[in-house]
Amino acid sequence: MEKDEKTGEKAPPMILLDKVGKFYGNFRVLSECSTQVAKGEVVVVCGPSGSGKSTLIKCVNGLEPFQEGEILVNGVSVGAASTDLPKLRSHVGMVFQNFELFPHMTILENLTIAQTKVIKRDKAEAEQRAAELLHRVGLHIHATRYPGQLSGGQQQRVAIARALAMDPICMLFDEPTSALDPEMISEVLDVMTELAQDGMTMMCVTHEMGFAKRVAHRVAFIDQGQIVEDVSKDEFFDHPRSERAAQFLSRILHH
Amino acid sequence: MNYNWNWGIFLEASPDGTGSYLYTLFLGTRWTIAVSLTAWVAALVMGGVVGTLTTLPRRGWAMLGDAYIEFFRNIPLLVQMFLWFFVVPEIVPEVIGTWMKQTPNSSFWTAVVALAFFTSTRVAVQFRAGILSQARGQMMAAQALGMNMTQSYCYVILPMAFRIILPPLTSEFMNILKNSSVAMAVGLMELTAQTRAMQEFSFQVFEAFTVSTIIYIVINMVIVFGMRRLERWLAVPGFSIDRASEADLRGGA
Ligand SMILES: Nc1ncnc2c1ncn2[C@@H]1O[C@H](COP(=O)(O)OP(=O)(O)OP(=O)(O)O)[C@@H](O)[C@H]1O
Ligand SMILES: [Mg+2]
Repeated sequence: MEKDEKTGEKAPPMILLDKVGKFYGNFRVLSECSTQVAKGEVVVVCGPSGSGKSTLIKCVNGLEPFQEGEILVNGVSVGAASTDLPKLRSHVGMVFQNFELFPHMTILENLTIAQTKVIKRDKAEAEQRAAELLHRVGLHIHATRYPGQLSGGQQQRVAIARALAMDPICMLFDEPTSALDPEMISEVLDVMTELAQDGMTMMCVTHEMGFAKRVAHRVAFIDQGQIVEDVSKDEFFDHPRSERAAQFLSRILHH
Repeated sequence: MNYNWNWGIFLEASPDGTGSYLYTLFLGTRWTIAVSLTAWVAALVMGGVVGTLTTLPRRGWAMLGDAYIEFFRNIPLLVQMFLWFFVVPEIVPEVIGTWMKQTPNSSFWTAVVALAFFTSTRVAVQFRAGILSQARGQMMAAQALGMNMTQSYCYVILPMAFRIILPPLTSEFMNILKNSSVAMAVGLMELTAQTRAMQEFSFQVFEAFTVSTIIYIVINMVIVFGMRRLERWLAVPGFSIDRASEADLRGGA
């Protein structure tokens, strides 16, 4: 529960969750979840299957409605009825476990559709931005192909580029590598690592502890819908405070 | 059975004075095609809209869509045809009712409306299935990029839904052609009606129905062929069953 991080003392956090609670019908999925992500900070969220990680991260850009507490993204309340959610989402990038590229569009179209339709960039500018980002993730030669013609790792890199094309102020990742074959995981993690080193604000649900050790500033551990640990990376790996986190770590690290 | 086959009958003058019996059947075929095509286009649009409504998160819209489907699906087509032709003009305000009865080709328009409503429920159910078959993930991905509901449906969900349901839509298209024969009940001289007329005047029942059967089969084959072409044209490279390459294999063998 403590919020005694060295970061975010003065500048308001990019993402702030304050006692967020959520129900599916009568079933409580999240309770009193509080955490924050400062500008430029990378927070890894982990926890056992079914603990509510996906639900939590989808609350951040309002893809899932929540009933209790408050979420602020760059100072804008996600839960407020007056908030223009499409507008808020247009500058919060999100990457999904199953890539979710649009299968009937070419890779280039996947990267330009939201640029032209949502933020009304003209086509040439959108294509230019798309080409830059495809270069950055090493997939520019595939611009005219379709998602179904790419490997999983390539598709996920395209998905990251698609989110970046909107010039997001922060990025949300929901287990971006867990649907990938082992040999493709590193190509995606490399892109994410580079992104983190460029100073992107990131909230990542992932079980890639190597990635967490390498780039995370903080780790939040969720169990049964509660954030039971929210500490610096070193503290999490060296001295997990809760028994559940220690158990989780030993299982995942010795796997 | 004593039956005098006479294939030459088609060249003989028909009593309606328009020309030969063959020409009579041709006129019928033209009505059949006109009524089927018009009703099909309308059914596609109406079914697409209603099917989409049923998948919206707003309960009100979804219930409206469901009610529409249940209503128009559960009344026999022939009854709907009669309702539009005999009942509706009497219960709407008189000006409209008179206009409906006096409008040229009123049996044609009645048939179009009845077929369109009836078929649109079946198209709507297909659209709903096509939309729901795409995991919620596609909708979330569209929304995560900042698209609103309309944009998500128009750019992401519906284009794939349409591709997914093309094969079942083909059979609905064929159904509407077959169902168009019901239009003879409201006096439209479409193919079946003209065939019946020819049979009554010429007594050559076998010839008449043989030819109209062949015409129906040929039109349906054209539909199947056209829809296959459309499927190939819209096929998404690398996406599940690539019918195009499948057809190529069959064609090449
Ligand atoms: N749409 C839904 N309706 C009802 N319950 C749901 C729904 N989505 C998720 N849940 C439940 O909410 C809980 C949290 O789910 P969530 O997907 O957030 O877990 P997770 O931590 O992401 O798990 P995983 O590691 O398997 O992805 C689970 O018990 C799940 O069964
Ligand atoms: Mg999950």
